[in-house]
Amino acid sequence: MTISDSYRKTILTGLFMPMTLFILGAYNGVMQTLYRAGVINQNEVAGINYYQGLTMHGVINAIVLTTFFAVVFGHVTMSHYLKKEPPKWSYKISMVLMVAGTIIDTVLMILGKAQALYTFYAPLKNSPLFYLGTSLLIVGSWIAFFGWIQVYTAWRKENRERKMPIAVLGTFVNFTMWFIASIPVAYESLVILLPWSAGWTNDVNVPLTRMLFWMFGHPLVYFWLLPAYIAFYTILPKVSGGKLYSGNAARLAFLLFLILSTPVGVHHQFSEPVMGQGTKLWVSILTYAVSIPSFMTAFTVGASLELAGRKRGGKGLFGWMGKLPWFQSGNYLVGYFLSGLLLFIFGGLSGIVNASYALNQMVHNTGWVPGHFHMTVAGPVLLVILGMSIYMYSKVAGKRIRFLTIVTIVPYIWMIGVALLSHGLMAGGLMGEPRRTNLGMTYTNPQSDLFNSHWIPSTSMAMIGGILMGVAALLYFISFFATALSKKTAVPQIELPEAEELHEERPVRLLHNMRPWIIASVVLTLITYVPSLQNVFKYSKPVPGKFSTDSPVNETNIHNNKTAADEKPD
Amino acid sequence: MNKYEIKAIILSSAVLAIFFFAILYNLFARKIDVPACIPYDAAFQQSAVKKTDDKHYEVYVIAKMWTFDPAEIVVDPGSTVDFYLSSADVVHGFDIENTSVNMMAVPGAINKVTVQFNDYGTYRIVCHEYCGAGHHNMMGKVMVMPTN
Repeated sequence: MTISDSYRKTILTGLFMPMTLFILGAYNGVMQTLYRAGVINQNEVAGINYYQGLTMHGVINAIVLTTFFAVVFGHVTMSHYLKKEPPKWSYKISMVLMVAGTIIDTVLMILGKAQALYTFYAPLKNSPLFYLGTSLLIVGSWIAFFGWIQVYTAWRKENRERKMPIAVLGTFVNFTMWFIASIPVAYESLVILLPWSAGWTNDVNVPLTRMLFWMFGHPLVYFWLLPAYIAFYTILPKVSGGKLYSGNAARLAFLLFLILSTPVGVHHQFSEPVMGQGTKLWVSILTYAVSIPSFMTAFTVGASLELAGRKRGGKGLFGWMGKLPWFQSGNYLVGYFLSGLLLFIFGGLSGIVNASYALNQMVHNTGWVPGHFHMTVAGPVLLVILGMSIYMYSKVAGKRIRFLTIVTIVPYIWMIGVALLSHGLMAGGLMGEPRRTNLGMTYTNPQSDLFNSHWIPSTSMAMIGGILMGVAALLYFISFFATALSKKTAVPQIELPEAEELHEERPVRLLHNMRPWIIASVVLTLITYVPSLQNVFKYSKPVPGKFSTDSPVNETNIHNNKTAADEKPD
Repeated sequence: MNKYEIKAIILSSAVLAIFFFAILYNLFARKIDVPACIPYDAAFQQSAVKKTDDKHYEVYVIAKMWTFDPAEIVVDPGSTVDFYLSSADVVHGFDIENTSVNMMAVPGAINKVTVQFNDYGTYRIVCHEYCGAGHHNMMGKVMVMPTN
């Protein structure tokens, strides 16, 4: 469908800006692997210190890039399936807030005023503006969602008899879950941390802030993942030459994510005081349950691919795999999707280890954890983002993709890079190698007293993977920006490959009504978090504490002493 | 959804049920558990190594930027140690290599875990949570050797 000028510009901004920042995010990722392998034994390179770089890597790649993509991909799916543009106020305001928030955060991170990582754990302090910037980005994404609700309501009135398209359901599920889950972090950022960081309050209940963060922090990973799932269910069967094996299964998987995404955040806190053992065991069960929609997706998407492979002449148990359209420049999206799915097999399985209650002690905060999540967020999530970003850019801008061969091979190089990186990180993690640590200064530096030779092979393996990922990213950037800066050759339009369902299935009423699922989601969240909150107040106390990353001096005390001195009569 | 779809769901649920049984078995039969909660009390802000009897220690550790207090803990081989962990400033990590001890040190809260040291040797304690510019220097030791 053809689109208005302002809508086109909004979508293109939403693709171009995060991709530009991703250069910085990816650069800092590669640099970390060099520090960790002991190749760099310094605090900083080119004015960016390790932890500042890590903060950029996390905030840009995991929050900025993913949120922009979810919103832009949401715009494109809504408009493609409902054949309407969202109201102008919604997409304009949404994009302005998101861009403003991102600029604030980026400037602060570059200046070093925000380097408490993307988890921004108190009592480490960022500039108050950082919390504001992050909140603007999140609120901006809500406003896009409000616009879609309006479009959908209008569409529903005109199409009473039609089913809600699966991609629309997926997008609505994703943003409903996102909206529920980002309330706690908005409260944490704006009500607790911003006034505390600005100096208006002194005490902070650290366990409370951590609980609120992870109430958001885990649903966040599903917020990254669901756009990829939408692509696997509604685009991949088409481009691979098959059909979607079961539409009802796809709907059920999305709705299960709606109820189970939010209450599982406590599984990031198995090694902490304050949460009781009962809560932790309960959340282990819930996290197992949330893996079921992923197992279902593996089956349904796998079956859809098998259909495609057999249609192309594949025979036998595994023959269909070879017949899938690998390495075809006319069909480059398939490479991104398949590479992502292969990584996700291992990403998902390693996630079950983390979810397993006391087994988490073996891996908590070691290299295992980034090893795991690079096979999810840097696997299917990022590969779908890269593939779909260049696809959407070329369609919406009406430009021909430059260097199509490069675009075609990038996902395979990336996949090998992630596999090596994750293998190195996970192997090191099982030997106690800590995550989020500039190992090159001490643990992998032979000059240091803390040197640990066991971690050299694993960090070296991770570095080789990191460099390969860097090469793939560089190649992708060449093609993406050459495409973006080239001349228009076609009429700008919104168009997505649309998969058909294999069978016409009987519609199940429960799968077409989101309301009971939203209620179940809220109830389950309350069942989990009311006891957690009671535990927080039972076992912990707020403490006066405010720290910069570079000094062990408590700024609360300095401030109090100063006030005391000021008040002294001469 | 057809019968294969249903079978796939049942099969994956069964796999998870087996995993969950393994968790329960380790929890109840082998006593492998996550850290315990202790109500916060400022008295825990004092580091100490107390030998309560022949084979039993209580160790009160304070994590702070960028060291553990005490930095070196000496215990007898074969002893059981209760670690009580808190933080004097920001959030820290406390991971003792080759053991199941892996905890967070959170200001305003107390973490507790019990572990037995059977083998002689030095066990490194690594801070694995980002705690500021000196994070990578923050290491302690448990030395398992005869104390008298």
